[in-house]
Amino acid sequence: MAEATAAVQGIKPEKHSKLYWAFADSRVLIWRSISHIIKNMDQLLSVAFQPIMFMLLFRYVFGGAINTGGTTYVNYLVAGILVQTAAFGSTYTAIGVATDLQRGIIDRFRSLPMLSSTVLIGHTVADLVRNTISSVIMILVALAVGFRPQANVWQWLMILGVMLAFTLALSWLSAILGLFAKSVEAVQWISFVFIFPLTFASTAFVQASSMPGALRIFAENQPVSQVIEAIRALLLDKPLGNYGWKALAWSIGIIVISVPLATILFRKRATH
Amino acid sequence: MNAITAKNIHKSFGSLSVLEGITFEAERGSVLAILGPNGAGKTTLVRILSTLLRADSGTATIEGFDVHDQADEVRHIIGLTGQYAAVDEFLTGRENLRMIGRLYHLSKKDSWRRAEELLEQFDLVKAADRAAKTYSGGMRRRLDLAASLIASPPVVFLDEPTTGLDPRSRLAMWDIIKKLVADGSTILLTTQYLEEADQLADKIIVIDGGKVIAKGTADELKENVGKEQLEFVFTSDKDYKKARETMFEDAVKADAKRRSISIANDGGVRKLKDLLQQMEEAKINVEGLSLHKPTLDDVFLKLTGHAAEDAAQDEEEK
Repeated sequence: MAEATAAVQGIKPEKHSKLYWAFADSRVLIWRSISHIIKNMDQLLSVAFQPIMFMLLFRYVFGGAINTGGTTYVNYLVAGILVQTAAFGSTYTAIGVATDLQRGIIDRFRSLPMLSSTVLIGHTVADLVRNTISSVIMILVALAVGFRPQANVWQWLMILGVMLAFTLALSWLSAILGLFAKSVEAVQWISFVFIFPLTFASTAFVQASSMPGALRIFAENQPVSQVIEAIRALLLDKPLGNYGWKALAWSIGIIVISVPLATILFRKRATH
Repeated sequence: MNAITAKNIHKSFGSLSVLEGITFEAERGSVLAILGPNGAGKTTLVRILSTLLRADSGTATIEGFDVHDQADEVRHIIGLTGQYAAVDEFLTGRENLRMIGRLYHLSKKDSWRRAEELLEQFDLVKAADRAAKTYSGGMRRRLDLAASLIASPPVVFLDEPTTGLDPRSRLAMWDIIKKLVADGSTILLTTQYLEEADQLADKIIVIDGGKVIAKGTADELKENVGKEQLEFVFTSDKDYKKARETMFEDAVKADAKRRSISIANDGGVRKLKDLLQQMEEAKINVEGLSLHKPTLDDVFLKLTGHAAEDAAQDEEEK
């Protein structure tokens, strides 16, 4: 009997350290999430088109009526739209995480000998890629409609750094939302409720000085405005003031808190 | 040796008690079916055995590894196919399989090779380069099962593998499962289809309300309700009622709508003759008569008592 039941042995896995596998699993899931960008053209187009529409809307429809205190409106606007795009784009992490939970693929990952929380890394890194693509397209359109940046190479690199840090921070917050949400639809309206006020009650489109009391204080001090002002100063070669380090402090602070929090929540949510 | 053991597993969600002391074991290379209605706790049990969920109390082992304390070892040797086909919608069939192979920590070479073998084996070669979202329900299920087999795991969990499939896809799935068994894998299968357990399983565990209410081979379970069943269909409701009350109070199955009563027949032709004579004398008119082997349906209904209740309700309504 023992011989008749000699079981299937299974294919032997490769032998490596835990850390090696954490990186290997992350790589596979980053590949997966980036494949989603390429294979989901509808999504990429909507991510790319939305900022262009905002760009044209504010540049041509509202821009004439807005006082920017010096520079042309299109020059003022680009920093705001870059950051707004990153904010809206980060919701794709929440949608991705909620979808994975709902579809059961996270159960599959958890039944494998992998580090399953790397699924969050996959989604957040894909957000960076998606936002970089849409930002580049947006800047090209902005140049076509009169945007004249003054930044040198170093300033561009700093812009890239600030944008990547902030996008990553928002994506990890978004991952937390995706883990809390009951459904993909819920993610969509909840993220809208957060992102809409944060991006519009900011210095993205108008100067805070034009806003009434309490709103002005909020708009001047909330993190989105710090990032916008930092990027605006870099783009237009203006003094950076406190904005640079405030933008980075917010981003890094959010990342330091949200990455472990999301990982713990992932374990809890995934085990119900 | 037992590939799967479960000892006194309890699990509740808040105040809802789902599993109330499940104990069983599955021999290596065998197919064990967990049979039960919706809400019996089948999926919860599979989630515990496949390391996705922690039991409140009790222990379970897979090939000797504890599902909680040695979860990593367990995950290397199990394959799980869930109730909802968990494949990546945007990736192609081939990409899905290769990805799962890599996440099982197989070498790239092994992952690629197994992906091709499984695409072939599961008749997915033509669809291999299409996104999984374009697949039909049956194809998705096959891809999902293929993904769980990429590392040739010795223990495979199939949670309701054919729920929601059309009859043809179901038969195809059965063939695939039968082949797996022939290869020597240990399979734990949950199902609410009695025929499925009958077709595939060496041993069946019937659970209801979080408890094991019966275990044995299909034949052993069937013997509970007699070797054969006689089904009488009566001419009118009056005949049915009279027969039910006077002659067949211990019927295995009674259906007032169809005016049919099934009884266990262990007395052969002679008993049949006697019964017909009795009915003749009592002026109960029989329209039809058939003899059939009991199905697991009969077993389940008898074990859970649901059949008797249903029949009683039917009669109250009359």
